[in-house]
Amino acid sequence: MAQTDLFNLTETEDEDTLRGKYLIFSMGDEFFGMEIRYITEIIGIQPITEVPEMPEYVKGVTNLRGKIIPVMDARLRFKKALREYDDRTCIIVVETGDVSIGLIVDSVAEVLTLQDEDIAPPPEMGKGGHKYIKGIGKAGGNVMLLLDCQRLLTDDELDAIGLVG
Amino acid sequence: MGKKTLNDPILDLFIYETAQNIEQLETSILAVEKASSFSLDTINEIFRVMHTIKGSSAMMMFDNIAILSHAIEDLFYYIREEKPADMDWALLSDLVLEGVDFIKLEMEKVKNADGLDGDPSELIKSIKAFLSSIKNGGSKAASEIGMNPPVSEHYYLAPDNKGSARGKAYEVMLFFEEGCGMENIRAFAITHRLKDLTEDFSYIPEDIVDNAESAVVIREHGFIISLKTDKSYKELYDFFAGTAYIADFELKELTDAPELEKIEVPKSDEETEAPVKTVKAQSAEQTDGGQAESKSNQHSIISVDVIKLDKLMDLVGEMVIAEAMVTQNPELNALQLNSFYKAARQLRKITGEMQDMVMSIRMVPLSATFRKMNRIVRDVSRKLGKEVEMTLIGEGTEVDKNIIEHISDPLMHLVRNAVDHGIENPNERLAAGKPKIGQVTLEAKNAGSDVLIIVKDDGKGISKELILKKAREQGFVTKEDNELTEKEIYNMICLPGFSTNKDITEFSGRGVGMDVVTRKLEAVGGSVSIDSAEGAGTVTTLKIPLTLAIIDGMNIRVGSSKYTIPTTSIKETFRVEARDLIQDPEGNEMIMVRGQCYPVLRLHKLFAVDGDNTDLTKGILLMIEQDEKCVGLFADELLGQHQVVVKALPSYIKNLKQVAGLAGCTLLGDGSISLILNVGGLLSM
Repeated sequence: MAQTDLFNLTETEDEDTLRGKYLIFSMGDEFFGMEIRYITEIIGIQPITEVPEMPEYVKGVTNLRGKIIPVMDARLRFKKALREYDDRTCIIVVETGDVSIGLIVDSVAEVLTLQDEDIAPPPEMGKGGHKYIKGIGKAGGNVMLLLDCQRLLTDDELDAIGLVG
Repeated sequence: MGKKTLNDPILDLFIYETAQNIEQLETSILAVEKASSFSLDTINEIFRVMHTIKGSSAMMMFDNIAILSHAIEDLFYYIREEKPADMDWALLSDLVLEGVDFIKLEMEKVKNADGLDGDPSELIKSIKAFLSSIKNGGSKAASEIGMNPPVSEHYYLAPDNKGSARGKAYEVMLFFEEGCGMENIRAFAITHRLKDLTEDFSYIPEDIVDNAESAVVIREHGFIISLKTDKSYKELYDFFAGTAYIADFELKELTDAPELEKIEVPKSDEETEAPVKTVKAQSAEQTDGGQAESKSNQHSIISVDVIKLDKLMDLVGEMVIAEAMVTQNPELNALQLNSFYKAARQLRKITGEMQDMVMSIRMVPLSATFRKMNRIVRDVSRKLGKEVEMTLIGEGTEVDKNIIEHISDPLMHLVRNAVDHGIENPNERLAAGKPKIGQVTLEAKNAGSDVLIIVKDDGKGISKELILKKAREQGFVTKEDNELTEKEIYNMICLPGFSTNKDITEFSGRGVGMDVVTRKLEAVGGSVSIDSAEGAGTVTTLKIPLTLAIIDGMNIRVGSSKYTIPTTSIKETFRVEARDLIQDPEGNEMIMVRGQCYPVLRLHKLFAVDGDNTDLTKGILLMIEQDEKCVGLFADELLGQHQVVVKALPSYIKNLKQVAGLAGCTLLGDGSISLILNVGGLLSM
């Protein structure tokens, strides 16, 4: 019995070490944060195979050690201007549920621990204003938008229906 | 009855075993039903299976299955021991099949961990009624041979046969093994030995000793002995079973003991109707052989979780790619590496073999699916009062397990259609000068990298006029009649919402049929084609790929993008001459090939990629074909032909949009991704 308790303890500890940690990345002048427990890895830019008839922000698919994952350009996703990829450009591989996806960002900055009091809820704005923003983090005088990973990956399907229809 | 968790290995085993038993049972019932008599083997088998199911389901506390199987077991216990005459075999098989269905249904519930709520009491009642009816009907025979009906449920001891009524009459019909020769002499040897048992016997043909021609008669019609003896059935049976060179024999006890002189050669169709106790038996050695075989089969087969198999498949696929990445690594170019290449060849050979092996593990013969169709033919034809005979050809053909799961439903639908719409009523058939019994043939065969499954009936066929009329009513056709090919007309049946059947029957005719079949087949990369001749029957051909996992593909390049096309659908590739190109006023491009005109599809335009060439004469044109539709596909370059492992596009992409022109993707030797084109999808653009 004692042993199982021990296991549970380490597991929750594991969960705890990830809690409140955010990967901070930049796009243009803005900083974004994403909960680290959704992120499996960060890789440099890879050759991407275009898939036809996709929305513009889906750049295509790439081969991640034999696994084929879709790649989405975060700039285009948030309706920012496209920027040439360079050696700072990264693909963040995000996994929620059984869906893996690569997110192309300008550059990755750091991993921050944000306490609950450092996170403010997004300000009220008209309907659908903050579909992907979970909150606003403050650290060291910087402000960063914290993304809701699950929303980011699944909300597309709603869009897709509109796209097809 | 508490809910059980599916992880319970005992429950798993129970489900697996019961499912197997039930399936085997169903097969043998259908087989004996064809022969119109239950063989001793089958009766024993049903008894044994029911006994097993009763035991195991009682142990698992599935009470309703247990009582039902108990009732059937009781019934067959009686039949086995008493061999009652005057039995309604058809009713018996109905009862057993109903029981089988009930158990199947309950098993489904067990699998889904639902509570078992099926109530078998009605069925049990009819089984009991049937049992008492045969008990009454056969009571005379039973008392005559001094046997008691089973009193106890649990102690099955075979009642003593000895000391039964003296001087019973038997008739034996025996066939010798093919090619053993001198049948008449062998027959004489038997009659000689028979003298030890009884003096009172006669046989047909009679001139076995003097006439060498009688050997031929025996070979064709069998050797028939009529005898009277006080020996028990069992002793006689053993006597014949122990005789050498006998391939098959049939021992009948004649209930009304006719005069021996009167016996004539029984005709086969009379035989099936004759209300005598019939027990067919294979020669002893054959039965033993069969049992030994099934036993060894059980030992050498293990059931593996399909998920594990899929995983293995994926891994091997990745290994094939990794192998290519190593052995065709560009960094090796221009290096002298003799022993490396030798080792690489060895590696390639082994990976190839391994890939074949894994593929073959996933291959399952179609026979189980085909045999299921027997049941459908039986049920449907009986309900509709039609007489249908089902022939299976090539059921040993192997197909990937995934595909089998996908084609089972469509096939069922087609077979049902064939019996329901195709085959006419016996009267109509006779009036049309056809044999009374309708024929449905289910055939499977390999054709290149595809498997063809053909459902053929000799029924009334499909009326082209009727289809056209219907299609016009429902607004499916816009072309003139004479512009449509026969194939096109027949394939209209596959359009959603199309049904020519005027009346909706229990089995078919709701207009949701053929389009579902088509859609299901397309989902596995297959196709359906229908051909029919009015009055002569309909042939439906399903073309399905042998496997979904690996295809022979041609890699092509458009700009920097690479695509793969299944080689089987490429008719030819060539460089275009400017004079063969035609452009209509709307700007649609066409190409003339040997007097035929085909549309041209530019891949770079279609997929909005930057190609090297926009001039058709500079690149290469691939003529791709499916279902007699053909189109020219324009690409920049052919990269070569490879076996590729098909991978699905990521689900995220698929959820975003189903791209009609894409079937999946694959990894090429250099690690880059190539998109696999869906030829059917491209053609319908």
